[in-house]
Amino acid sequence: MEPILQVSHLSVSLPGKNGPAPILKDISFSLKQGEILGLVGESGSGKSMTAFAVNQLLPGGGKSITGGSVLFAGEELTGKTEKQMQTFRGKDIAMIFQEPMTCLNPVFTVKRQMTDVIMIHEKRSRKEAEIQAADMLKKVHIRDPERTLSCYPYELSGGMRQRVMIAIALSCSPRLLIADEPTTALDVTVQAQIIFLLQEACQESGTGIIFISHDLGVVSQLCSRIAVMYAGTMAETGPASEVLKAPGHPYTKALLAAVPRFTSGGVRDRLYAIPGMVPDPSEIQRGCLFAPRCPHAMDICRTEHPPIQNLGNQHQVSCFLEKGVSRGDGIS
Amino acid sequence: MTAFLEIKDLTKTFTLKGFFGKKTDVHALNGISLSVEKGESLGIVGESGCGKSTLANLMVRLEEPTSGDILLDGISIAHKKEKELRKLRSRIQIVFQDPYSSLSPRMTVEQILTEPMQVMGQYTSRERTERASELLELVGMRSSSLRKYPHEFSGGQRQRISIARALTTEPDILILDEPTSALDVSVQAQVLNLLTDIREKMKLTYLFISHNLAVVKYISDRTAVMYKGRIVEIGPSLSILTSPMHPYTKELLAAVPIVGKPFCPPRETAHETGGTDAERGCIYYDRCPIKDEKCRRERPVLEERQEDHEVSCWKL
Repeated sequence: MEPILQVSHLSVSLPGKNGPAPILKDISFSLKQGEILGLVGESGSGKSMTAFAVNQLLPGGGKSITGGSVLFAGEELTGKTEKQMQTFRGKDIAMIFQEPMTCLNPVFTVKRQMTDVIMIHEKRSRKEAEIQAADMLKKVHIRDPERTLSCYPYELSGGMRQRVMIAIALSCSPRLLIADEPTTALDVTVQAQIIFLLQEACQESGTGIIFISHDLGVVSQLCSRIAVMYAGTMAETGPASEVLKAPGHPYTKALLAAVPRFTSGGVRDRLYAIPGMVPDPSEIQRGCLFAPRCPHAMDICRTEHPPIQNLGNQHQVSCFLEKGVSRGDGIS
Repeated sequence: MTAFLEIKDLTKTFTLKGFFGKKTDVHALNGISLSVEKGESLGIVGESGCGKSTLANLMVRLEEPTSGDILLDGISIAHKKEKELRKLRSRIQIVFQDPYSSLSPRMTVEQILTEPMQVMGQYTSRERTERASELLELVGMRSSSLRKYPHEFSGGQRQRISIARALTTEPDILILDEPTSALDVSVQAQVLNLLTDIREKMKLTYLFISHNLAVVKYISDRTAVMYKGRIVEIGPSLSILTSPMHPYTKELLAAVPIVGKPFCPPRETAHETGGTDAERGCIYYDRCPIKDEKCRRERPVLEERQEDHEVSCWKL
């Protein structure tokens, strides 16, 4: 099956302190219909920038993309004008963000914001759009859609706002949904509900979802494939079950070890903390970008860029270690 | 023997004014009683709106309690006047959730760290600067950061500065109001480990507030689970995590995403908590999967079910 999204060798530079700073370096991944891809990494790893690049929402516009391509259903998106992109955004490619309060307009009711989208993209009358909006709210398990429609965003709780955002995003049955840390600001119980909704949307309408998160716990529950990013590079991609069980990249392994869990160990155990910080993109870097923080770093890691290794089953890792890092050494 | 820190029947009611002067009472805290030993770390867990941050604010008197009392070494701090409170304030310090809004953008790290000492009238100016750089090193930062402004730091570093600021007055108690929920998992691990180290080094007492039960385990000896302004379960952290008794604690635990644990879809009945509660009956009645008639009519109270493990539920 042809993937709905194919990103190949994408590179992005943004103006920095010392001239243009590379934000994304040679990013490649693809997404099939009905697949949920988890894009994981720390803040500053380029997850959100990848999402913006796909949607052509980068600061500085298309000029920021210095190489590579973004194919959406076979159509090249890089180089498209703002006007051309508007026919995609909100219709074929929908996006939801971390903080629903800043994405919803505070001076309009939920009804107005939902019907606008439907009227523009689906060419419906206001009446039809209102009926469809209520239907969408029911789909995201809002109990009293009529009442919610007449609310202003401030009247809703965080979980409800995120549901409204999801309802808006799904209202034109997009083929691709980009969810940028949609549950980070929410309670764990509400987070579980949102995960459930996204799963449902994916199964029912075959929407492909890119789920961006720094929490491998959430990603492990939702995604079928995982792409781990580090400092604007792709460290590892592969089937979720494999990446989580036998991570190939030392960074993936370190991230996994940092997730708090209550199933193992005693009270007040220490968590594994990755030493150091994500490097500043404006500084000139050589070799593997994770080398300064990597417990396995060798001399070659500091001078040369690591090759992409195939571990089989579409599991790729960018590391000098043969067959990736084996389980049980270095990081426990 | 008096407990080190004792919270007695603490209640906070906010009155919301609607249109035409219509007033509604929101019971953010509804008769909370707790006692904490010196050097102990107590975790407080619950969803947003359960009153955990209100409790934190009351502890440092950013809010005034409606009724009830907070005793530190047997001295009441809940109703003291501002002037008398000043000395006591140095003993209880707070670290907030958002390291971006809790540090003044117009002050250098040095100013941020020396101001509390200055207000307390401690040390000479040179000693204060020395102490500030010592504290920075304690939280794992270089003393050269003293001349920088908060915007020059990442979220994790800012939270370290917040922790250093809280330590300037040599407090006995640190209130940690979701100190890691705005941080990346990798940075969260660093901050949690730092908090554990500091606590041992400085013999601190922690009140650690979080919505994530998995995080609390790494910091707290005991955990209290709050729902709608009340404690529904309290006990040793390990006991709460491995054998939770209250249906709400079970629901919270099930929702924590863990690598390798299959996703369990939430129950349809689950919905957001509000500050108000029904006149009588169990506060968890609306969401409870095992409720019956008695739960609707009578409100359960906290009872000891296992050693040091108290639960308020009729159905055990």
